[in-house]
Amino acid sequence: MYNQTEIIKDTTNLGPEGELIINMGPQHPATHGVLHLVVTLNGETIKKIEPHLGYIHRSIEKMCESLTYRQFIYVTSRMDYLSSHINNLGCALLIEKGMQIEVPERAKYIRVILSELTRIASHELWLGAMAMDLGAFTPFFYTFREREMITEIMEETCGARLTMNYIVPGGLMYDIHPDFQKKVKAFIKQFKEKVTEFEDLVTNNIIFQSRTKGIGILTAEDAISFGCTGPVARASGVSCDIRKLYPYDVYDKVEFDEVIETAGDSFARYIVRVKEMNQSIRIIEQLIDCIPEGDFVGKTKNVLKLPKGEFYTRVETARGELGVFVVSEGGANPYRIKFRSPGFSNLSALNHMAAGSKIGDLMATMGTLDLVIPDIDR
Amino acid sequence: MSNEEIKEIISSTLPSATYDETGEWLNIAIDSKDWKKIATECRNGVLKMDFLFCLTCIDWKSHLTMLYHLTSTKLRHNIVVKANLDPAIAEIESVCAIWRTAEFHEREVFEMFGVNFLNHPDLRKLILEDDFKGFPLRKDFEDPINMIKL
Repeated sequence: MYNQTEIIKDTTNLGPEGELIINMGPQHPATHGVLHLVVTLNGETIKKIEPHLGYIHRSIEKMCESLTYRQFIYVTSRMDYLSSHINNLGCALLIEKGMQIEVPERAKYIRVILSELTRIASHELWLGAMAMDLGAFTPFFYTFREREMITEIMEETCGARLTMNYIVPGGLMYDIHPDFQKKVKAFIKQFKEKVTEFEDLVTNNIIFQSRTKGIGILTAEDAISFGCTGPVARASGVSCDIRKLYPYDVYDKVEFDEVIETAGDSFARYIVRVKEMNQSIRIIEQLIDCIPEGDFVGKTKNVLKLPKGEFYTRVETARGELGVFVVSEGGANPYRIKFRSPGFSNLSALNHMAAGSKIGDLMATMGTLDLVIPDIDR
Repeated sequence: MSNEEIKEIISSTLPSATYDETGEWLNIAIDSKDWKKIATECRNGVLKMDFLFCLTCIDWKSHLTMLYHLTSTKLRHNIVVKANLDPAIAEIESVCAIWRTAEFHEREVFEMFGVNFLNHPDLRKLILEDDFKGFPLRKDFEDPINMIKL
C-alpha cells in the first residue's frame, strides 16, 4: 500500500527526463475495484507497472483462525465474489477430504451445475465490463440480461444473489427450488440463442480485434513461471484445468473440452472465456436431467474436527486455480489457513505483459486478466 | 514419478533431507541454508518442477516453517518442501530468479511473518501500509482495536 506522505514525496522525486509516473487508481473506473497501479511512462510507452494492493485487505487468513470449520466457509464468499459458490465448494471439499465425509450423489450433481452457472455468470460480467473498458457500451447490457437469469436462479435456490453460502461440509444447506430444473433449461435455451449476439457485437468487431490482437502477450513458459492459472494460462497454451487434471465431485462423469489457445494475447484470453461458457452449458445440459433423488446432505457431526495434519485442495474458479491449505492441530478451529488465490498470481504477470506497450493497451491487457480485487487482497 | 524415485534424486543432491509420506504428497524437510540448491535442482533437474503453486509460512510459536508446494506441469507430480526458521533471525534465500511467482508471494510472507528473503529484487511491503508495525499472521501478534477474541 502507498502512504499519503509517500505520494507527496514521489512528486518531488522526479525520474530521468521524459519519464512520467502516473497513479492509476485506486479509484480508476477501469480497475473495477480498488487496485492502485503506479505506472512509469516514457512518453506513451509503459516502462514499469507497480501494483499497490491492500485497500480492501481484511486478513481473511487470520480471521479464519478464530472461526470453526463450519463458519470459515462463509468468509470465502467475500474473496472472489463472482465465483463465491466455487470458493465455498473448495473449502467444503477440503473438510470432506480431511474427515472422509460421504457426500450424496444428488448434492454432487447440484454443486457442479451451480458451479458452472457461476462460471457463466462471472464470464458474462467480465465480457460486458471488459468491452466497456475498451469503449463498447452495448455488450454490457446484453451480457447482464443473461446474467440476470442466473442470479434469479441463484436467488430462488440459495437465497442470495452474490454471496451464496449454499454449500456446507457434506452437501448442501437445503434442497433446490422446485422450479430449478425448469428455470435452468429456460436459461440454456435463451443463452444458446443469444450467444451469437456477443460474437456479432464483440468477437467479429474489427475495432475490438485490432485493440486486442497481439496485445499483452504471455508465453507458456512465463505463464507457468508467474503461476498463472485459469483462462489466462490456457490462452497461452498451458493445460491447467483442475476439473480435468484433478476431477472433483462429478466432473469425471461429464464430457467437456479444456479450451486451449496458443496465441497468448488478449484476444486469445477473450476467446478462451467465450468458449468456456459454451463448455459450461455443455456440462449443465448433461447433468440437469439426471439429478438423482435422495438426500442433499450427508451425515456429519455438529462440531467438525479435522484430524491433525496438513490438507490442500484445489478447485477451478472462474479465474483459475484456488488452493485452500489448512493446517490442523486436531481442534475445532484451523491452526493456519492459506488461500492461494488465482488473481494474486495472475496480477504478478501484469508488469511483464504490459511493459513496452502503449498506455492505451494497458486496459486491454488488464481487462483480459479478469482481476477481482477482494480475491487479490483477501 | 513415484515418491521413491523423487527421494532418490533429492538424496543424491542433499543427503541430509528427511522425508514424510503421511500426508497427501511427499514432504521433504530441509535445512534453510540448502533451499537454493534444492530449488535449482527441482526446477532444472530431471524433476522438472516448473510450477510453484503455493508458497506460505506457518508460525509454530517455537519456530517458523516455510512451505513450498511444487508441481511439474509435464510430469504431474507434487512435492512439498519445508524449511524451519528461527523466528528471531528468520532468513531464507529468495527463489524469485527460479520461479517468478515467488516475487509477490515472498513479499506477502515478508510483511505477514517477518521472514527476510535474501537476494529478493524488491523486498517491500505489498499489502500492508508502509508504517505498519508487527507481523499480523504470527501467533503472538496483538491488536486490541481490530481483533476480536472469540
